[in-house]
Amino acid sequence: MRFFLRRAAFYAFTAWAAITINFFLPRMMKGDPVSAYLQKNQGRISPEAIDSLRTLFGLDSNKSLLEQYIDYWQLLFSGDLGRSFSKGLAPVTDVIASAIPWTVGLVGIATVISFVVGTAIGAFIGWRRGSRADGIVPVATFFSTVPYFWMGLIAIAIFSTTLGWFPASHAYDKGTQPSFTLEFAGQVIQHGFLPALTLVIGSLGGWILGMRNMMITVLDEDYVTVAQAKGLRPSRVLVNYAARNASLPQLSSFAMSLGFIVGGTLVMELVFSYPGAGKLLLDATTAKDYPLMQGLFLVITLTVLVANILADVAYAILDPRTRQMEA
Amino acid sequence: MTFPNTVAAAVPAVPPAQTRKRGTLSRLGQTFAMFRNGKSIAGLSILGVFVLIAIFGDWIAPYGPLDKDFTALRQPPSWVHWLGTTHMGEDVLSQIIYGTRGVLVVGFTAGVIATIIAVAIGVTAGYVTGWRSESLSALTNVFLVIPGLPLIIIIASQYENPSLLLISSVLAITGWAWGGRVLRAQTMSLRNRDFIQAARANGEPLYRIIAVEMLPNLTAIIASSFVGTVIAAVLGLTTLAFIGVIPITNLNWGTILFWAQQNGAFPDFWWWYVPAGLCIALLGMALSLINFGIDEYVNPRLRSAGERARAMRKKGFKLSDTATAVRPRPAAAGTSGPGTSSDPGTSSDPGVTNAGIK
Repeated sequence: MRFFLRRAAFYAFTAWAAITINFFLPRMMKGDPVSAYLQKNQGRISPEAIDSLRTLFGLDSNKSLLEQYIDYWQLLFSGDLGRSFSKGLAPVTDVIASAIPWTVGLVGIATVISFVVGTAIGAFIGWRRGSRADGIVPVATFFSTVPYFWMGLIAIAIFSTTLGWFPASHAYDKGTQPSFTLEFAGQVIQHGFLPALTLVIGSLGGWILGMRNMMITVLDEDYVTVAQAKGLRPSRVLVNYAARNASLPQLSSFAMSLGFIVGGTLVMELVFSYPGAGKLLLDATTAKDYPLMQGLFLVITLTVLVANILADVAYAILDPRTRQMEA
Repeated sequence: MTFPNTVAAAVPAVPPAQTRKRGTLSRLGQTFAMFRNGKSIAGLSILGVFVLIAIFGDWIAPYGPLDKDFTALRQPPSWVHWLGTTHMGEDVLSQIIYGTRGVLVVGFTAGVIATIIAVAIGVTAGYVTGWRSESLSALTNVFLVIPGLPLIIIIASQYENPSLLLISSVLAITGWAWGGRVLRAQTMSLRNRDFIQAARANGEPLYRIIAVEMLPNLTAIIASSFVGTVIAAVLGLTTLAFIGVIPITNLNWGTILFWAQQNGAFPDFWWWYVPAGLCIALLGMALSLINFGIDEYVNPRLRSAGERARAMRKKGFKLSDTATAVRPRPAAAGTSGPGTSSDPGTSSDPGVTNAGIK
């Protein structure tokens, strides 16, 4: 139980830190773009929206910082992140809610595929250490140091512009309405294939390398020798003895690298004009839409936190020691 | 995207007080021992070429980076323009040469700042105990989990014209956490070693214990976290430049890609966008190679695994065989045990795997 309590405390702390950073960011901002915007659009914004924007951006200069902070939390709990300047003053929460599923779907699927495939390849290379399979390592490293966005651009240039196999942008064909039909699902897969592929190729190298290095270390352990001495099938030794133990650090770096992967995805969405959170963030940056930027940072961070919690649960399932600490 | 997973798993085999009596030169040699292997040297050589290009860019570059030649627009590579020209008739090769400086300066500045933060927080967190260690560790983990790039984009977009130092600092602040975490783990394992205990018993002051006794044992990990941060900073900088968040006056490889994409270089004008991306990848690859070398230095099992496996295969064993595998022609090869003869460096290693059991 102690393990879970500690993790819970950590996540609560991180969430608090992210929200507090989000509170202070606009207050450190030079100039005051928000009140300038409010003045320009006087009469078009409802008084309540102005109130919440004032709280979010620290324009209540007659209140103390602590009062502002409390007001800010109240706003967050009521699910109000202000109004987006660039999206016709729609509530920021609605704008984000329409984009987040695309990002979570794309990144989630690509990351899980990359993690599983990379770990499997890494386990295999580590198992066959010293053989020709080691040749995969430099290739994978090369692809993992190539910038995502560049690989995405090249992929578009080759596979959609030149060969015409895949569409170059958007998540589904223009003019179709999102619906739960087979045809729409097919479009989504066709549009998502290239972004997902580049994400997988770009992040595969890290997983392969980490797993290979852990496998080599684990394969020297006595329990692997014992397992082999018992005459167990090699595949069983590989999967249940070596790989299972070697994959534990992989899982924790999975959790830790999520923030990095999300960063790569943001740019990927720009390259592929994918209607996700990253595209939204970059659009908001160019349009100087501060409420949307703030809200997106918060939501992205909280999403990464949730993914981390999932990775923790998986860790606890794979490693009995964390569970035994309860007893 | 390299994860120095194994760095935390093993301890560098450097005896702390052995170097006392030797000359300065051999001591210096030992400090750089982690770079004395094929991978590190290859990586350092490539990096060295880029550093030279960055330093002597003014002399090497055939044209100024922004010199416009309106008679040669979007030209493919030729003898006049080795890597062709942009839509404004600028020489792509010259832009790349000048861009090297921007990339390296920001990458290394960010690496230095991040390493200082990582050492300060990581080593302190590993040395102190109790709630202080826990709170520093929590701080590190918060920075690990918070996605860096969105934060950088938001911060950079609040400035009209962010300076190179500001960009480097922001990249460093979002990038130090991994090194800090690894350093904390390593310091914690060093804290209770005999030589540290002895130094403490002698009444050495804290700064001396950390600077003289601990840091020499952490050099490999510090170096690897520095290199890792530089990789991340280079990727971060080029990404930011490509998005257009940082000013285009700061010429680097990302800016070239930004212009290429803005002006429809994809897919036809390959000479405009392929070289810059390849340069980023090559620099990242060089830095990764340096880190592989350090990894192998820190964790000897990585270094010996391949050699041992090859040596055993030569003798007719397969590492992945079950333990009962017997040498096919026992009479023919009258040598000593296969595991011990192949690599003297690891002969004391208990895990000589299956073939040791004959």
